[in-house]
Amino acid sequence: MDATETLTIPLTDQLSEVDFAAGQKIAADHATVGDVTCKNPSMRVKEVDVFYGEKQAIFNVSLDIGSNEVLAMIGPSGCGKTTLLRCLNRMNDTIEGCRVTGQVEMDGQNIYSRKMDPVLLRARVGMVFQKPNPFPKSIFDNVAYGPRIHGLVSHRDELEEIVHTSLSRAGLLDEVKDRLDQPGTGLSGGQQQRLCIARAIAVSPEVILMDEPCSALDPIATAKIEELIDELRYKFSIAIVTHSMQQAARVSQRTAYFHLGYLVEVGPTKDIFTMPKHQLTEEYITGRFG
Amino acid sequence: MTPTERIRQGLARRQRAEKRFRVYGIVAILLGMSFLLLLFGSIIANGYKAFGQTYIELPVYFDPAVIDPQGTRSEDALFRANYWALAKNALYQQFPEATERRQRREVASILSEGSALDLRAMVQENPELIGTTRDIWLIADDDIDMLMKDYIDRTLPESERRLNDRVIAYVDRLIEAGIIERRFNTNFFTAGDSREPEQAGIFGALSGSFFMLLVTLLLSFPIGVGAAVYLEEFAPRNRFIDLIEININNLAAVPSIIFGLLGLAIFINLFGLPRSTAVVGGLVLTLMTLPTIIITSRASIQSVPPSIKEAALGVGASRMQAVFHHVLPIAMPGMLTGTIIGMAQALGESAPLLMIGMVAFIVEPPQGFTDPATALPVQIFLWSDSPERAFTERTSAAIMVLLAFLIAMNATAVYLRKKIAKKL
Ligand SMILES: Nc1ncnc2c1ncn2[C@@H]1O[C@H](COP(=O)(O)OP(=O)(O)OP(=O)(O)O)[C@@H](O)[C@H]1O
Ligand SMILES: [Mg+2]
Repeated sequence: MDATETLTIPLTDQLSEVDFAAGQKIAADHATVGDVTCKNPSMRVKEVDVFYGEKQAIFNVSLDIGSNEVLAMIGPSGCGKTTLLRCLNRMNDTIEGCRVTGQVEMDGQNIYSRKMDPVLLRARVGMVFQKPNPFPKSIFDNVAYGPRIHGLVSHRDELEEIVHTSLSRAGLLDEVKDRLDQPGTGLSGGQQQRLCIARAIAVSPEVILMDEPCSALDPIATAKIEELIDELRYKFSIAIVTHSMQQAARVSQRTAYFHLGYLVEVGPTKDIFTMPKHQLTEEYITGRFG
Repeated sequence: MTPTERIRQGLARRQRAEKRFRVYGIVAILLGMSFLLLLFGSIIANGYKAFGQTYIELPVYFDPAVIDPQGTRSEDALFRANYWALAKNALYQQFPEATERRQRREVASILSEGSALDLRAMVQENPELIGTTRDIWLIADDDIDMLMKDYIDRTLPESERRLNDRVIAYVDRLIEAGIIERRFNTNFFTAGDSREPEQAGIFGALSGSFFMLLVTLLLSFPIGVGAAVYLEEFAPRNRFIDLIEININNLAAVPSIIFGLLGLAIFINLFGLPRSTAVVGGLVLTLMTLPTIIITSRASIQSVPPSIKEAALGVGASRMQAVFHHVLPIAMPGMLTGTIIGMAQALGESAPLLMIGMVAFIVEPPQGFTDPATALPVQIFLWSDSPERAFTERTSAAIMVLLAFLIAMNATAVYLRKKIAKKL
């Protein structure tokens, strides 16, 4: 692919520079290091800029999300990981003054085109938020909500079937199977997050976006969710934002490193963590800043 | 000096400040409570006796010659008959010596003409009574009621009293006979307004208020909640919407009498709706309560955590589904609270009703939305304007009824608010 050629040109001449706290420098016309494409993408981000009002939060990012793989998005706080993630299912539409330019393609169609209905898009691209946010309804209704509104089931039996498989995929069924009618908000933090994952997979999306799904959880709950992500990979494509380098290394196949709104480097996870090409990436993963 | 020592030095001062502040708070609350107690106390002291009413038990002979001389027993005859004569005759028997016209007039003045209405109601219900004699509690005149309630000072010179010595002597004989006493005043809760205090009740005003609040609730709740949901969740953020918002907030502060004038100009003069009716009153109060409901509903929508809505959108709910399935159910108790507070305001409102003619003297309790009606606060206003002592008492009693409704409504609002607090 010739696009790959141009995109992998390493950072050479630094025309204009943006200073930031750690004293690092990044060119305004920075090009991503590494191969942003992949063989079998389920979504393709193409030259996306995101603005909050006047302020630009994402600069010309291109990135593929491969099928049946976990893509980890890492980078220092405020670098735009959440912003980019929310572009992928148009959750940014709900934020006032947020503007997205460029293209995000799914099946060759731009999801920002007029023809694309965000309702359909969000059914195909599910999301798990940083803070567990179950509905203040029963555990059953939490999981059943998506299938219900999309009319995916015609019988109560089918619905129960979906709820049970989703909960068991999310590794929560054993803990809650005899209290499905209890409120979802009464679960522990880790259970709530797994409930949210069950809720997301109940509508059988093609892609699942996860924004720091373990940031509020203890190591045991985290391990459970990581295991779960690893299993889900065989059925879904997953993009996960994380602050934990270990987590990225454990669960992902590809890793993208962001910095101040730029996508600095992308590559197979093992390469990124063993031989990062860009100086900023190296400094971040070795813990010198970030 | 180490920071710890510094903090320790300042500690006593901080604690004193906190204690002082607590004392201020307690004093403020005590002051407020004592004014409230004074208000309630004086109203109750003035009004509690109105819940009792003086009645005289007399053997009434349902004389066929008086009621229905033709013997037709037709409804018309039973309606037109001179029941007042029956009541008077029953009382004359207690005072055989009073034979002169003047004496008889004085004796008759002990009874209320309302007793005739009671007798008529009894006969209409059961014509079998005609020809029989029954012991019946007949309602006494309001002056007698005042005498029995010790509002008339017997020690005053006769010319300064509403009752002369002879009438008082008659009453004393009834007291001795043990046939005059204060009984529970059901009339007060079942009758409409009247020129005679002993016959006046608040049922007419209550029905008027009920029909009016029903109109207000049915209109202002859906419109107010709808407007709040639209403004919060769907409206684009622009100048025009800002302008609307400012105007809604302004409307909440507009004096209510202006809404009355508006109602008079638009609903009555322009649309030609009948004056003094519950429907017009309800429409005016709707205008008045809408801003309150919109503002509180918006606040309760805003207090719903946005993460809930995001969760719904995230699984592919449309904006409308996210709002109706998740935001509204959580915001509903807050919206209901706002609505109840708005309705309580509407219940206590009198000024705008004066403008649309609901201040008229109406005896018949309204049967529907388009009957001439009055409302509880207007009734209070009307009675407080009447000179009779018995009306003063009824004014306070009506205030007590109004307060009871207000307290019940506000208690519901508090209960609902507690319920949301528990849910989140
Ligand atoms: N709603 C918003 N309005 C304005 N600016 C925003 C908004 N959300 C994010 N930003 C800005 O956009 C930039 C990227 O934010 P984003 O939330 O994507 O960072 P992040 O990489 O997810 O950070 P973190 O790791 O702390 O979650 C930040 O500079 C942030 O201040
Ligand atoms: Mg983030």
